[in-house]
Amino acid sequence: MAFASDAPKDGFRLSMLIYDTRYRSYTIQIVVLVLFAMAVAWLLNNTAQNLAARGKEFNFAFLWQRAGYDIGQALIPYTNDDNHFRALLVGLVNTLVVAFCGCLFATVLGGIIGVLRLSNNWLIGRLMTIYVEVFRNVPLLLWILLSYVILSETTPQPRDFRVTDEMIAAGEEPAASMILFGTVAVTNRGTNIPAPLFERSLGSVQIGFLPVSLNLLAFILVIVASVWANRRLLAHAKAVQEATGDRPVTWWKSLLILFGPVLALKFALGLHLEIPELKGFNFAGGILVAHSFTALTIALALYTAAFIAEIVRSGILAISRGQTEAAYALGLRPNRTMSLIILPQALRVIIPPLISQYLNLTKNTSLGIAVSYLDLRGTLGGITLNQTGRELECMLLMMLIYLSISLIISALMNLYNSSVQLKAR
Amino acid sequence: MKKSVFFGAFAVTALVSGMALAGTLDDVKARGELICGSNTGLTGFGAPDASGNWAGFDVDLCRAVAAVVLGDATKVKFLPTTGETRFTALQSGEVDLLVRNSTWTFSRDTELALDFVAVNYYDGQGFMVKKDLGVSSAKELDGATVCIQTGTTTELNLADFFKQNNISYQPVTVADDSEAQRQYLAGACDAYTTDASGLAASRATMPDADNHIILPEIISKEPLGPVVRHGDNQWGDVVRWTYYALLIAEERGITSANVNEVAASTADEEVKRLLGVSGDMGAKMGVSNDAFKNAILAVGNYGEIFARNIGEGTTINLARGLNALWTQGGLQYAPPFR
Repeated sequence: MAFASDAPKDGFRLSMLIYDTRYRSYTIQIVVLVLFAMAVAWLLNNTAQNLAARGKEFNFAFLWQRAGYDIGQALIPYTNDDNHFRALLVGLVNTLVVAFCGCLFATVLGGIIGVLRLSNNWLIGRLMTIYVEVFRNVPLLLWILLSYVILSETTPQPRDFRVTDEMIAAGEEPAASMILFGTVAVTNRGTNIPAPLFERSLGSVQIGFLPVSLNLLAFILVIVASVWANRRLLAHAKAVQEATGDRPVTWWKSLLILFGPVLALKFALGLHLEIPELKGFNFAGGILVAHSFTALTIALALYTAAFIAEIVRSGILAISRGQTEAAYALGLRPNRTMSLIILPQALRVIIPPLISQYLNLTKNTSLGIAVSYLDLRGTLGGITLNQTGRELECMLLMMLIYLSISLIISALMNLYNSSVQLKAR
Repeated sequence: MKKSVFFGAFAVTALVSGMALAGTLDDVKARGELICGSNTGLTGFGAPDASGNWAGFDVDLCRAVAAVVLGDATKVKFLPTTGETRFTALQSGEVDLLVRNSTWTFSRDTELALDFVAVNYYDGQGFMVKKDLGVSSAKELDGATVCIQTGTTTELNLADFFKQNNISYQPVTVADDSEAQRQYLAGACDAYTTDASGLAASRATMPDADNHIILPEIISKEPLGPVVRHGDNQWGDVVRWTYYALLIAEERGITSANVNEVAASTADEEVKRLLGVSGDMGAKMGVSNDAFKNAILAVGNYGEIFARNIGEGTTINLARGLNALWTQGGLQYAPPFR
């Protein structure tokens, strides 16, 4: 063996970089690296040259200039006197809200459909197959446009809700009326829902750029505390039961703990609902949920649910039949088998592809521009880009933000994934 | 070594592209075709007609420039651009010239590195509402939902107008004129706002045009005109003087019908210079001497273009108003042609 490991006697020759397997891989990697660096340098240089040729410079100072335009749906306070950065944040919040709602509905719907597609009931199984095939084989943009057009063309105009004196005299009904005991108005612009209002306010604190109402915080705190207290009560009851064999009566205590403090706080702060009311051209008061938001959320959820359903189905099918049979042999009913035996194991298979569906959905929110939903693409990548003419900066910034959102979602979902993985014990 | 060769090659490429940017006139001549950025479809200003040929007020200016540079008004390729893409298309050299109801503003002139060479239509922003809304003034639009095209100056004017009058509105931001019309007609917005000329053009295409009114308030100045890239002064001159030639032609009563006759018989020295009968004005600008005559022959003078596309008697039915010649109380005024 000794002679095999003997190094060649003569020194290093240049040709060895190619012909000697010890060096060849390094050579290839270095060449690729140099080529890559040159490509990047060329891109950067090209950009700089072109910018210079058009007399443009690269900077982000425009973000602090007055935006000057209005945004229809702003979840954080915004006026046209705020700067472009604030408009960016408004768009970002709109993006995140629609992505969150979309992911939530898509998961619930996709989970149900995926399970139902495996149903022994022939009709339900086939119906779910049709749903999946229809939704995942038609482009998302068409679903968004379709749901928007349905919402905006089939619903009445705000003025159809108007009741005039002549109509009362003639005993006529208005062409449209509010639903849910006269609290919700669906017009061709959006859905007007009641808004919770407080008569007495505790004020608000500024967290970063977002003012947070202390009233809201108080409610959240009270609810969390009530739930915690209720659990303590039940735990105590259980302990008593185990010690004495007698379970103390808890139902009225539970009710009192759960609802008493919240009701007390409601009356203390004077919480009431502000019902939307037709004033002039539109409904005033309450909260307007624009159809662009509704349509985008519905379309994203329905479309992504089709993919999630397939992921759920594949996850369930990945669990061996023996698991079900073993559960049946133990006397578990089919529902319990699914929720206690199959799904927990299937999650291991489901979560990783589910992450990429969440990322897809989040990125697909940028299609909201088709229905005038002003998300990040609409504010930063749309109006701000146009009004300032800073295409490169806006596009880079937008890419960076979408990248960050995606990476954050990935990281969170990976954390969850590691918690449902098989534990080595 | 390898790297320096690379960068050397790169520098040459950059230089070549820089030169290409500098001489649009030569580019157009070499290509034998003018590429003109136009509207995606605004009847009367720039839209394809039933047989697919582009026609309109802005389109005719493009044709006039093609007639001046190439001697043939048909050698134009029209590239539809939206409010969002138009300036990028011009800056990147995708189009040679942009004639697309674009408002001349300070920041577009300076920051965007564009040059507005003339104003071919003096406009202002207006509002259109349905008649049965019972509104007679824009100041009564408190709380209304307003459709607005994104990427336009009108977006900013709208915000300013409502703020000045201390009233509120709900904006619905749409991408282009056709989507705005769809939403407006479906009742998704109470009012549609854009340049008054654009409103008139939109209204003309609506099935029930009589049920819509344009409110009297004009809330802004919107000087619309042809745009070229900043720094290419020769090309800017060609476009500017093509436009002025059309104005001078109207001033002197030269029309597409009588231009040959006038050229043969005129005793007016300015007209002689304009039509290339005497002097070498065309040659000084880098085009043929009878270039402006070709343009007038092809599309007519400014008044003819206006009357044919958007004037009273067409479906758009716009009065000359501010766009009358200065001799008739308007703002259209060409510097002397000498």
